[in-house]
Amino acid sequence: MNSFLITLIATIVFAIVAPVLGCLLDGLDRIISARMQGRVGPPLLQPYYDVRKLLQKEKVSVNSVEQVYIACALVFTLIGGGIFFSGQNFLLCIFLVTLSALFFIVAGYSTRSPYAEVGAERETLQVMSYEPMVLFVAIVFYQVTGSFDVSTVVSLDHPIITYTILAFIGFLFILTIKLRKSPFDLSSSHHAHQELVKGITTEMSGSTLAQVEIMHWCENILFMGWTALFFITASPISWVIALVLTALVYFLEILIDNNFARVKWQSMLKSAWFVALLAGGINIALLAW
Amino acid sequence: MSFASKSPWVIHYDASSCNGCDIEVLAALCPGYDAERLGVINTGNPKHADIFLVTGSVNEQNISVVKEIYNQMIEPKVVIACGCCACTGGVFHDCYNVLGGVDKAIPVDVYAPGCAVRPEALIDAIIEGVGILDEKAKKLKSAEKEQA
Repeated sequence: MNSFLITLIATIVFAIVAPVLGCLLDGLDRIISARMQGRVGPPLLQPYYDVRKLLQKEKVSVNSVEQVYIACALVFTLIGGGIFFSGQNFLLCIFLVTLSALFFIVAGYSTRSPYAEVGAERETLQVMSYEPMVLFVAIVFYQVTGSFDVSTVVSLDHPIITYTILAFIGFLFILTIKLRKSPFDLSSSHHAHQELVKGITTEMSGSTLAQVEIMHWCENILFMGWTALFFITASPISWVIALVLTALVYFLEILIDNNFARVKWQSMLKSAWFVALLAGGINIALLAW
Repeated sequence: MSFASKSPWVIHYDASSCNGCDIEVLAALCPGYDAERLGVINTGNPKHADIFLVTGSVNEQNISVVKEIYNQMIEPKVVIACGCCACTGGVFHDCYNVLGGVDKAIPVDVYAPGCAVRPEALIDAIIEGVGILDEKAKKLKSAEKEQA
């Protein structure tokens, strides 16, 4: 089978599986967050109920292109997921996710709302903050395996984290930005108390907002996949270990989310680049040496 | 089947309330009463909200704001008047600047009485409201089908 067909099939499978898993993960996230705050929390399927409701809302849009941009953002996330989970080029997956983020930013700008524009600017800053570290991760993977393919990483004898522990620490730092968790949820927060109306999604409503939610579910699953990649080896038992450790990482993110207030964009950009240069840079230098 | 009732997102606006009801509205969302059990989220954005919680009586200064928020909300939507002032104007009903209850500005679906409104009454009102939300969602759906 050629790689185009594999990508196509993997994208379709990802488009079906990831929203289901992402929805459950989000539901679990909200329950755990609520318990951390001393609340009972919503039912597990609450994110699903939210999206179903949004799809039933009246169709209102400030312009005709906003929905197109959001649909593109969703589609590119799905293709990125398909490429990653079919074991193909990691670098291409990163670029597709960035492209998806760009469409999301353009959608925010296109609404012309001052709140959405501030949100879009902050989303741009978020992309600027995390992108160097994500590329460093791709570089260290290449240094270890000699290939950007995900399939070569998972067929190693030792988990790749044994060579890339520093890069993993840097990756954990920017994962908070990618998962849109406090203190780095600058563009659009789950928590209404620290948000300018609703950030980048201010003008999005109904089915458009539902697509944004589904995109976030898929993104979360993809980023958890990236995290798991650090632990997976050729042996099947490593998959179980990777699953446990990835769940632990997500729990850590929820803990951070609930314990920190949002930072200013300056602190986010500086700290993210500092960590990327330090952790990523030293790791690359060590591997090169 | 309608899903509106399972995730009622709310927006809260203080239309010249004394802040008594506002504190109770927020109390209903806090750990003690935890309205998120019912899927309630405080959105702060009219375009995302399903239920409009208005506290306080409406006056000449803010009637346009109340109407604007209501108009920006997307169908199906429900308005809940929270507290005596929002229901009828309350003790301020004969003030020179007060128009009266919220229903003088926009159509109100549920009236939650009390001075200040109790969080229990508020949660009851929201549950009453989601029933109306469901009915409205059904009507909207059948109207869309007729159009198509």
